[in-house]
Amino acid sequence: MPTQDMLGREVHVDDEGFLTEYDEWDEKLGAELAKNIGIEMTEEHWKVIAFLRNDYKDQGTTATTRRVDFIGGFPVKLQFQLFPAKPAKKMAYIAGLPKPAGCV
Amino acid sequence: MAASKPIVPNFGSESTDRKMAIICSKGNLDMAYPGLILGNAALGEGVEVHLFFTFWGFDMIHKKRQKKLKFSPVGNFAMHLPIGGIRMPQWLAWIPGMQPFATWYLQHEITKLQVPRVPDFLDQISASGGHLWGCKMSADMGKLTMEDLRDDVEGIITAADFIEMTDGAQVLFI
Repeated sequence: MPTQDMLGREVHVDDEGFLTEYDEWDEKLGAELAKNIGIEMTEEHWKVIAFLRNDYKDQGTTATTRRVDFIGGFPVKLQFQLFPAKPAKKMAYIAGLPKPAGCV
Repeated sequence: MAASKPIVPNFGSESTDRKMAIICSKGNLDMAYPGLILGNAALGEGVEVHLFFTFWGFDMIHKKRQKKLKFSPVGNFAMHLPIGGIRMPQWLAWIPGMQPFATWYLQHEITKLQVPRVPDFLDQISASGGHLWGCKMSADMGKLTMEDLRDDVEGIITAADFIEMTDGAQVLFI
């Protein structure tokens, strides 16, 4: 696994740049990751990211858009607005989690 | 270590040229899902998606019928029993009560994977920006109008309209 320097610290990432260590993430890093993919974080964005982080802690897998809607209460439509075109992957990337593995 | 440019995933641009058209021609519960799963996945990848419902697939967008899609193991030789994984003999597939049981069981297994039921799945697809279309000939045959269909169906269109609309699209027939 490669590591890279972000905000002056060494973080572990996979070949695509997704963080691989849950505990290396904090909000500052999240904001930096968001910036990398052209997303400016608002309070609404952070709420979604917080859900993903907590859900991953419980479940051990990254929530899909369906789960973020159904369990998290953030409608799919809103997810597309906040994280345009590829919400599932963008949310996972900013939250410092692996890409979701579920089909739906 | 010298600071190097971080690896950033390539999410492409917000709008891609990629376009997909999925023809849903089956109305059995098991065959309703492939088109929905692929269409939903494509939307999540930023692809423009059109779903065209025709023949038996028309039931998938029919307000009432979409809630009552059925599954039968009759004629399905890949049907295995839930216990032991043995193949279900066809004489068993025909017994009274098997179809409701098999429908219930399939839906139960799908729900366990947190995959929505057909009406909810179409809600999600349409909220994600997917386009739903009904087939003119199927509507005429069943004497159905837009009134009978889900509110998010954009129109009842002819085969020629469909061909025109899907210019440059990848087409899947299910």
